[in-house]
Amino acid sequence: MRIVVCVKRVPDTEARIRIAESRTAVDPAGLKYIVSPYDEYAVETALRLKEARGEGEVVAVTVGDAAAGESLRAVLAMGADRGVLLRGETTMDGLATARALAAELGGAQADLILFGLKAADDEQQQVGPMVAELLGLPCVTAVAEVEVGDGQVVCRREVEGGVEVVESPLPAVLTITKGKFEPRYASLKGIMAAKKKPLEEKEARPGPNRVRVRALRYPPERQPGRIVGTGPEAVPELVRLLREEAKVL
Amino acid sequence: MPKVLAVAEQRDGALRGVSAEVVTAARVVADGVGGEVDVVVAGPPGVAGEAGGLGRYGAERVWVVESDALRLYSPEGMTEIVAELIRGQDYYAVLFPGSALGKDLAPRVAARLELPLAGDAVGLAVEDGELVVTRPVYGGRAMAEVVLEAEPRLVTVRPNMFRPEERPAAGSVERLDVGIRPESWRVRVREVVTEHTHVDVAEAPIVVSGGRGMKGPENWHLLEELCMALGPQCALGASRAVVDAGWRPHSEQVGQTGKTVSPQLYIAVGISGAMQHLAGIRGARTIVAINKDPDAPIFKVATYGIVGDVLEVLPRLTEEIRKLRAAG
Repeated sequence: MRIVVCVKRVPDTEARIRIAESRTAVDPAGLKYIVSPYDEYAVETALRLKEARGEGEVVAVTVGDAAAGESLRAVLAMGADRGVLLRGETTMDGLATARALAAELGGAQADLILFGLKAADDEQQQVGPMVAELLGLPCVTAVAEVEVGDGQVVCRREVEGGVEVVESPLPAVLTITKGKFEPRYASLKGIMAAKKKPLEEKEARPGPNRVRVRALRYPPERQPGRIVGTGPEAVPELVRLLREEAKVL
Repeated sequence: MPKVLAVAEQRDGALRGVSAEVVTAARVVADGVGGEVDVVVAGPPGVAGEAGGLGRYGAERVWVVESDALRLYSPEGMTEIVAELIRGQDYYAVLFPGSALGKDLAPRVAARLELPLAGDAVGLAVEDGELVVTRPVYGGRAMAEVVLEAEPRLVTVRPNMFRPEERPAAGSVERLDVGIRPESWRVRVREVVTEHTHVDVAEAPIVVSGGRGMKGPENWHLLEELCMALGPQCALGASRAVVDAGWRPHSEQVGQTGKTVSPQLYIAVGISGAMQHLAGIRGARTIVAINKDPDAPIFKVATYGIVGDVLEVLPRLTEEIRKLRAAG
């Protein structure tokens, strides 16, 4: 079984974001980058599926610049078998990225193509299902648990107020959310082994970018609030404020 | 006259609350271009009766597809229907709910029609005929204003950002003639397992969230009681720390690796306020923080704070809310 995991290199979710002088992008200077957290759940899912079957190959794919190769090495260190770096720029137009991935994955003969639920930078939740559509594959999004059977998958998909139990034939595209398992840390042995694993570089063939970022700005600062009081005695005053001032009760 | 399409959401024949929000958002865009709002609803027989009600929020025309095969969400069925409708009409923009369904459906429709898509809009404005979509990026650490250079403009709309506004319009129901082929659909929803009767944390107007300061899962009944007192519009949330500790399920997690919430009232109990949590609650209108540490970062964003032991403050808060509710 061949499982492809698509990952993205993103700024650390705990890092402070600085907007560049252009006012349309983030200033990358001094910024720490990580593999997008949901993508790590996708990698963990792929590795567990391979381990459970005792055979198979996990291929990590990304679109990005040379530095995105580091993210692939990190995924190889977790246990993926090989990596493919599609050299090119990603934009906020998910369809452009989806085209680059679909061009590569169309011939990859994957049984499963996994994505993280969303990338921690653009947070649009669109590239996975777009790739599925471009390749004519079935797709299940927001998958917390997956079971691979004979030629099909059964997924537990998180929806508002519950879980959908969804089945799909293989090959399929899944987007993965946090489930029962935490992503594993790379062991020292894994990190050493990753250096020798194949990492192929190709030119990305993205579609045209038709999402123009007109401006990037900081979110409005919240007005500093106030401490109403200390302990249970402060509760009546809090309730009064919620009712009369904030008008939310 | 330019037209804007709102994609409504139903489950088991009942319209979901986000539908009225999407119609309201579509109304905002339609007002900006001097146009009208269409809605599309696809569901089991009888859904048309519900759908006509969306005229209340400004829908002139409600396109309806009824089939038993559409009782639960079918990604392939809905993609067929919505893409087919868009092909046959001339829409300025198409808005989808930013729900699990909308975020599954919109990218598929976008790819099928070869159109770009802007996800999770929190603001929509028409300037010089251009639709400017404001959307959070980097977990809410920045806001992007984007313009889609294509027509129609496809957008998913974040729940709770466009409160349904009454704006009576015809709401005339029209059958949409799409030859759906359920036998060709590969992805099938076997069942929906409902976990709780409360509204989901991502869509709830009131959220009560607990963190490490709750001291253990055995104290969660205190939060549940407060939530009950606040009413059926209240949902429970949790910090990443307590989800990682296994006290609560991930479906309740609020923050960048959980759900982003925009309720009218967010009550953070025993949550110190890590950056990724604060990013997830930035859209909340009023934030209440209860924490024993007066220096906790949560107090910097909270509208109102109480410093104290959450296990003592909570029962009192529940009692006061109950009294208030009883008084009507």
